Amino acid sequence: MKVLVPIKRVIDYNVKIRVKPDGSGVDLDNVKMSMNPFDEIAIEAALQLKEAGKVDEVVIATIGVEKSQDVLRTGLAMGADRAILVQVEGEVEPLGIAKVLAKIVGDEEPGFVILGKQAIDDDASQTGQMLSALLGWGQATFASALQLEEGYVRVTQEVDAGLQTIDVALPAIVTVDLRLNTPRYATLPNVMKAKRKPLEVITPADFGVDTSPRNTVLETYEPPARAGGITVQNVDELVEKLKNQAGVI
Amino acid sequence: MTKILLLAEHDNNTLNEATLRAVTAAKQIGDVNILVVGHACDAVAQTASKISGVEKVLLADGVVFVHQLAEPVAALLVELAPAYDVIMSAATSIGKSALPRVAALLDVAQISEIIEVVSPDTFVRPIYAGNALQKVRASEGKKVITVRPTSFEPAPSEGDAPIETLSTNTTNEKTTFVSAALSDGDRVELVSAKTVISGGRAFGSKEQFDQLLEPLAQKLNGAIGASRAAVDAGYAPNEWQVGQTGKVVAPDLYVAIGISGAIQHLAGMKDSKTIVAINSDPDAPINQIADYVLIADLFEAVPELTDKL
Repeated sequence: MKVLVPIKRVIDYNVKIRVKPDGSGVDLDNVKMSMNPFDEIAIEAALQLKEAGKVDEVVIATIGVEKSQDVLRTGLAMGADRAILVQVEGEVEPLGIAKVLAKIVGDEEPGFVILGKQAIDDDASQTGQMLSALLGWGQATFASALQLEEGYVRVTQEVDAGLQTIDVALPAIVTVDLRLNTPRYATLPNVMKAKRKPLEVITPADFGVDTSPRNTVLETYEPPARAGGITVQNVDELVEKLKNQAGVI
Repeated sequence: MTKILLLAEHDNNTLNEATLRAVTAAKQIGDVNILVVGHACDAVAQTASKISGVEKVLLADGVVFVHQLAEPVAALLVELAPAYDVIMSAATSIGKSALPRVAALLDVAQISEIIEVVSPDTFVRPIYAGNALQKVRASEGKKVITVRPTSFEPAPSEGDAPIETLSTNTTNEKTTFVSAALSDGDRVELVSAKTVISGGRAFGSKEQFDQLLEPLAQKLNGAIGASRAAVDAGYAPNEWQVGQTGKVVAPDLYVAIGISGAIQHLAGMKDSKTIVAINSDPDAPINQIADYVLIADLFEAVPELTDKL
């Protein structure tokens, strides 16, 4: 069985973002970019299934600018077999991403698709569910455990009240949460090897998909800053402040 | 007038407060109908019918909906969508799973987790874990929107809307419920609590986490939260996690104990009204957003605080 792992290039999760003063967006120039951390977890899950002999091939794909090849190379260095870049300029909404991915699924015919539960830039948490709906497949979201069986995948989902386990008939979509696994690092020999692995570059037009945004971002701005607080010397002072100044106890 | 269908969040017995908050957002956009999807959930529909400003409650009761899996819930919403301009839900597990399916099937770009309604077609939503805000104008035509509950007050319950029972033939061949491990219903609920006490990895063990935090939480009638590190270390269950992954809370009082304050954690609590940080590190990032910082050994400070309250 083949597994498709869609990934995204985002500002590295350790970087403190800068909002452009003119309100036009978040500054991406000269900022360290990395693979969305949830997508690394998705790749790790796919690789573990391959190592367990349940999957034959791990294909990774991204829709992004030319430089997104970097994160595809990272995924190949982790151990993915093949990569696809659908090259675009500018922002593509999750709906557009899902439409392109649906076309890739049509071409590649994976047995299932596994991806991050959200990207840490737009925090939309839509792509997996949208892809699932467009394909008419079943879905599991926010996975913290996953077992691939004959004809179905058993997934434990993190839900508001705790954990919920469901079986999803294959082919299926799974979006992954933090606690599914700890992704491996790419070793230097594997980074070198990844340079020779196949990376195909195509455009959305090749699929006849229009990825232009539907919604309009009017302004991007910083949230109001919290006023600085005070350091209290001891528990008595804390209790006094909470009672008399903040009035919360 | 804009017609809105709002998916209710419930467990077949109780309507979740998140829905009352989502109604407040929805009323700023147009006329609200509430959809209760589940099984043997009459009581939920009754509660929903009392929410002020709701025009009508639609009740879809069926075995296929008992666990509110995304596929049948989304299919029903799509079936009902032609009569509405906006499909909405609180950004809860069910809303987050089902609504993007609805959006894709309606060919609409969803707007996730709005925190403000600027006008009926323009909304504010956080990006980058709340480190930036985006003002977004939705395209013309149908809209699909999820609401961050903590950003809106709960709508009062002084209404008396009619309940209309739907008959549906929705099926679900794709997903099957296996089991659930859900938290104790007696606890103060994290998202709606007025006070949240959160602990981090500095507690060192699950025993110490429980022994120190339970009495303090009881004294303050608060809910217990946790940092990702504490959940990963097994001190607390996943549903207690506060942050970009996990719950977003905005209580009147948030007490962060032994938590350094990674941006992913701050994303889940920085809209709290009063923030207290208790930890041993004077340079912890959480100190910069806290109103009151106590630099102390938590093993001494927490029992003393519990005592003196």
